[in-house]
Amino acid sequence: MSHPMPEQRTAGAARFDVARIRADFPALAQQVRGKPLVYLDNAATSQKPRAVLEALERYYRCDNANVHRGVHALSERATGAYEEARAKVRAFLNAASEREIVFVRGATEGVNLVASTWGRANVRAGDEILISAMEHHSNIVPWQLLCEQVGARLRVAPIDDTGALVFEEFERLLGERTRLVAMAHCSNALGTINPVRRVIERAHAAGAVVLLDGAQAAPHLAIDVRALDCDFYVFSSHKVYGPTGIGVLYGKERLLEAMPPYQGGGDMIKVVTFEKTVYNDLPYKFEAGTPHIAGAVGLGAAVDYLGALGLDAVAAHEHELLVYATEALAAIPGVRLVGTAPEKAAILSFTLEGVHPHDIGTVLDHEGVAIRAGHHCAMPVMQRFAVPATARASLGLYNTREDVDALVRGLERVKELFG
Amino acid sequence: MDDLRALYEEVILDHNRRPRNFRRVPAGSNRHATGHNPLCGDQLRLDLVIENGVIKDVGFDGAGCAISTASASLMTESIKGKTVEQAERLFRGVHDLLTQRGDPGDLGKLRVLAGVRDYPARVKCATLAWHTLDAALKNATDPVSTE
Repeated sequence: MSHPMPEQRTAGAARFDVARIRADFPALAQQVRGKPLVYLDNAATSQKPRAVLEALERYYRCDNANVHRGVHALSERATGAYEEARAKVRAFLNAASEREIVFVRGATEGVNLVASTWGRANVRAGDEILISAMEHHSNIVPWQLLCEQVGARLRVAPIDDTGALVFEEFERLLGERTRLVAMAHCSNALGTINPVRRVIERAHAAGAVVLLDGAQAAPHLAIDVRALDCDFYVFSSHKVYGPTGIGVLYGKERLLEAMPPYQGGGDMIKVVTFEKTVYNDLPYKFEAGTPHIAGAVGLGAAVDYLGALGLDAVAAHEHELLVYATEALAAIPGVRLVGTAPEKAAILSFTLEGVHPHDIGTVLDHEGVAIRAGHHCAMPVMQRFAVPATARASLGLYNTREDVDALVRGLERVKELFG
Repeated sequence: MDDLRALYEEVILDHNRRPRNFRRVPAGSNRHATGHNPLCGDQLRLDLVIENGVIKDVGFDGAGCAISTASASLMTESIKGKTVEQAERLFRGVHDLLTQRGDPGDLGKLRVLAGVRDYPARVKCATLAWHTLDAALKNATDPVSTE
C-alpha cells in the first residue's frame, strides 16, 4: 500500500467507493448466525483494514526489537517505525511538534495521565473542574478521583432534551475557580458534537485549561489541535480502525514540559542514581517501560488509511448515512431517538417502546446485526433521559444504506416477537 | 427466528408482558432485597412475607429486560407457598440449570429458562432475581450485584 502524506487527508477521494472500502476489511466479510454481518457497533470499536493487519504482521515478522536502546539493525528499524508512527499522528492532529504526542494505552489512560500529573500539580482545594453531563465515565471518574484527593469540586454543565450542551449554563459555571474544562468532542452515547471551539475560547478567557476527549470524534472528524487551540486532546487507536491497546495524548509542549512524570521506569529517564533521577525529554518522560510498539505502528497505518480516504470524505459519507438512518428509525412507530442534537456524528441511540434494549440487541444479533445495548459507560446520560439503557447503532466509514435497511428489518422482527 | 424462540419461549414472552406478583411491598412483608445488574442497568426489588418458615406472599418491581422480568415473575409464582428450604433448593436448581453445573433436579415450569444457556451474555439477566431471592432469604442488607 502506498503511504500518502497525512496532510493530504482533506483532499479526499474523488468518489467514496464503499464497496471497495469494505473489501479492505476482512472481518466484514463473514456470516453471523447464518446472516451476513452488519456491523453497527463502531463506537465501541471499529474493524481493522488489511493495511493495519499487514503493518502489525510486518512489524513482528521483520522489525521486532526494543526501541530507543539497541545498537543493532532491528532495534534501529523498530525505533524508526515507532517514531514514524508518532510523526503520522502529529500530522493527523496537526500538532506543532512530535514532542507533544505521547503514546498511551487509550483515551482513558490519556485522561488519567493528565488528571494525575497536571491535576496534582495544578489543582488545589477549592478549585473546580468543569465537565459536561454527556461525559463517558472515563472523563468523569479520573476527575472525581482528583477532586477527592485535593479537595477540589467537580461541576457539571447540563445538556438539553436534544442532548446538546446548554452553552449559557456552561458559561455560567465557568468561573475564576475553574482550573480545567474536560469535555467530549463527540458524545459516545448521544452522538452530540460539542461546540468545542467556543468552549475552548470561553474557557481560556476564564483562565482554564481544556482537555478534549476525542475518542468518538477522531474516527469521524478531521482534527486540528492548533486551530482548536486545545491544551490536551486524547483518542484511542481502536476506534480509528487501528489496533487496541494504544492511544494518544496530545498536550501543548509548555504544559507537558511543566508536568511531573506519570509512571516511573525505563525510557522515561536520562540519569538514575539513588539520590536523584533526571527525567527524559518529551514525550519520553511520559512513556515509562517498553511501549506498545506494534500498536503504534498499527495506529500509524490506520492514520495513513484514513488520510488516503480523506476524513472530510468520511465525514460526508457518514453524515449522509446518519440522515438516512435517522429518518428510517424515526419512521418506526414506538422508536424514540435519544440524542437529537443539531450537530451529530453517526451515532443513533434509541429505545423501542415495551422492549428492553438487551432484548433488541439479542434479536438483532440473530439477524446478523451487531449493535450495543446498555448504558454505554454514560450512566448520568441515561439518568438525564430517564431510561435504564438504550440500544445504539453507531456507523463507520464502511457502512452503507443496506446496513441501515438491515437494522430496520431487524427492528421489525423485534416488534413481531414482542408486539 | 426458530432458534430465537428457544430463548424467547411463549412462557417467557407472556411473563414479560404480564409479570405475576408485580407489585410493591405486599402487606406484612418482612424480608426485602434489591438486585442490580450494572451491565444493563436492570434493577429489581423483592419483598417477601415469611411466616413460620413459609413464603406466604411475594412481590417484585423494577425495570429489566424480558429475560430478567420473566425470570422474576416465574420465580415469584414458583416460591409462593413454599418453605424457605424449598425456595433455597429451587435457587440452587435454577443456578445449576443456567450455569450447567450438576443436575438441577425437578424445576417444573422453570425449565423454560434453560434457553438462556445458549446466550452467555444473557445468563446474568436470568439469575438476577434468584440472587436477589437468595439475599432476601438470608436477610442480607447489601444490594445484590451481578458483577
